[in-house]
Amino acid sequence: MKIAIASGKGGTGKTFVATNLFYVAVKNGRNVTLADCDAEEPNVEGFLQGKPIRKKTVSQNLAVIDPEKCVYCGKCRDWCIYNAIICLEEQQKIYLLEDLCHDCGACLVACKFDAISETERRLGTVTTSVIEEDSVLTEARADVGIYSSVPVIKAALTASGTPSLLLMDAPPGISCPFITTVAPADFVVLVTEPTPFGLNDLKLSVETLEQLGKPYGVVVNRDGLGDHKVYDWLEEKNIPLLMKIPFDREIARIYSQSLLVAAEDDSYAKQFLLLLQKIEALCKN
Amino acid sequence: MQKLKEIAVISGKGGTGKTSLVAAFATMANHPVVADCDVDAANLYLILHPENYKEGKFVSGHKAIIDYNACTHCGLCMAHCRFDAIERKVQEGFPKGKITIDDINCDGCWLCSRICPEKAITMVPEDDSRWYIGNYRNGKMVHARLSPGEENSGKLVSKVRELAKETAEAEKIDLILIDGPPGTGCSAIASLTGADKVLAVTEPTGSGLHDLKRIMELAGKFQIERCVVINKYDLNRRMTEEIKQWCSKENISVIGTIPFEPDMVHSMVHCKSITEWTPDSPISAVVKEIFERLII
Repeated sequence: MKIAIASGKGGTGKTFVATNLFYVAVKNGRNVTLADCDAEEPNVEGFLQGKPIRKKTVSQNLAVIDPEKCVYCGKCRDWCIYNAIICLEEQQKIYLLEDLCHDCGACLVACKFDAISETERRLGTVTTSVIEEDSVLTEARADVGIYSSVPVIKAALTASGTPSLLLMDAPPGISCPFITTVAPADFVVLVTEPTPFGLNDLKLSVETLEQLGKPYGVVVNRDGLGDHKVYDWLEEKNIPLLMKIPFDREIARIYSQSLLVAAEDDSYAKQFLLLLQKIEALCKN
Repeated sequence: MQKLKEIAVISGKGGTGKTSLVAAFATMANHPVVADCDVDAANLYLILHPENYKEGKFVSGHKAIIDYNACTHCGLCMAHCRFDAIERKVQEGFPKGKITIDDINCDGCWLCSRICPEKAITMVPEDDSRWYIGNYRNGKMVHARLSPGEENSGKLVSKVRELAKETAEAEKIDLILIDGPPGTGCSAIASLTGADKVLAVTEPTGSGLHDLKRIMELAGKFQIERCVVINKYDLNRRMTEEIKQWCSKENISVIGTIPFEPDMVHSMVHCKSITEWTPDSPISAVVKEIFERLII
């Protein structure tokens, strides 16, 4: 079973929910992998220290233009939808803007003069760490300054294989990195907070998941702060409210020290186990 | 008129209070242009509720569509597609299998449509995303809405920045405040490019510091003047000290620390900035001081 933990708004507690779910699943003897797919800001490793057993570099192909063979016809530029090629016909100059290249291969096909070849460009890493005997963390980490983390996320999902339970900590937002992460999920847990910002972004996430046809439920974090509108909306839309986590300075303190609340407080361990069981029950339906 | 100044407020990690702080700046500044560049999860309009006087469509990309009257299922497109978006599916009535395109994986590169010998593939623009320009109670606001699941949020951010600049120039405004997105990818890069100053809002948690380091590294690459605010600093004073030490080592000035204050959330619930909600409170004084230091 594959469960993605996501939210439109950043900082609502995705990683908090993902790491604590992982902890209780491990304690209950499950074969579980946690994939940290928030490749632009991977934070899981701060909470789960394991032994790294494999580190893979993720790269993409990058076009290389040979000025000796290039006739400056501009066809590769015309075919590059990402505007990564600048060709100045009159000055006989051609440039590649590396950051904009998406590794689609169009320029290679466009060039009839065999002037374009490819080299590799590093995008990031995927690190696999053993946390406990049967539990693994795979972390997608995009290099700083890389435009798209999607290839790194895809590589982390491939490296995660098919454990009996795969948890995926998704990146915030509703664009490509988010879609890439939730695409393989059987169920999506949306984490929000009871504030106007939280509700606004929850609606965007729900709209996106509806388009993708994914089943989902909601966890409200920092219950007690803000207002009641998130709960009213969930009820109106008939969306399952899976768990309420109270706003509590003690939780904030534990989180700030990169510790797990389920490991520190048995009542939370029970609640997160209950959350896991609820998700599994919803998946079976 | 002074030279136009663009200040980007970012955070790396989401949820550190970036937008609440920008909302306060937006209601304090002398008639600025505010650009909400968090196009994935735009929230600033909830506080500033601008009256939009201009809007436009944004083409985020294209998706490939197969015309099955023309397709011979030869598979040439599938061989060329580097995004694993084209598959040959076993289906009755298709002896060679049916060629299909998966929308999620399609990157919109146009290669398949260019090489198809039957011209059976067309590229359909995705134009559900929108940008808006409006007036709010203290200035102009440019914002956008990325249609769910669409690509190229970085390109939309660049569009918002461009419109903000045009608006500032037309209205003779000398300050643009940018509310940036979380992360370090395309939309964060597009929010920072060409800015005069960047303010990172962080929180005293392990994740906050980890992400601050990444976003400051990014801003460093662009050689933009950098400063930091630590929000909710009293939730972990030891971590606050650690962040301050790291900033001092990196020569980044910490221009303020803000205590955890439920009024920050209350003001948001009432669609007001903190300085509008409790203008005479100690927390508003702290925020005002930060703004003074920011716009020097």
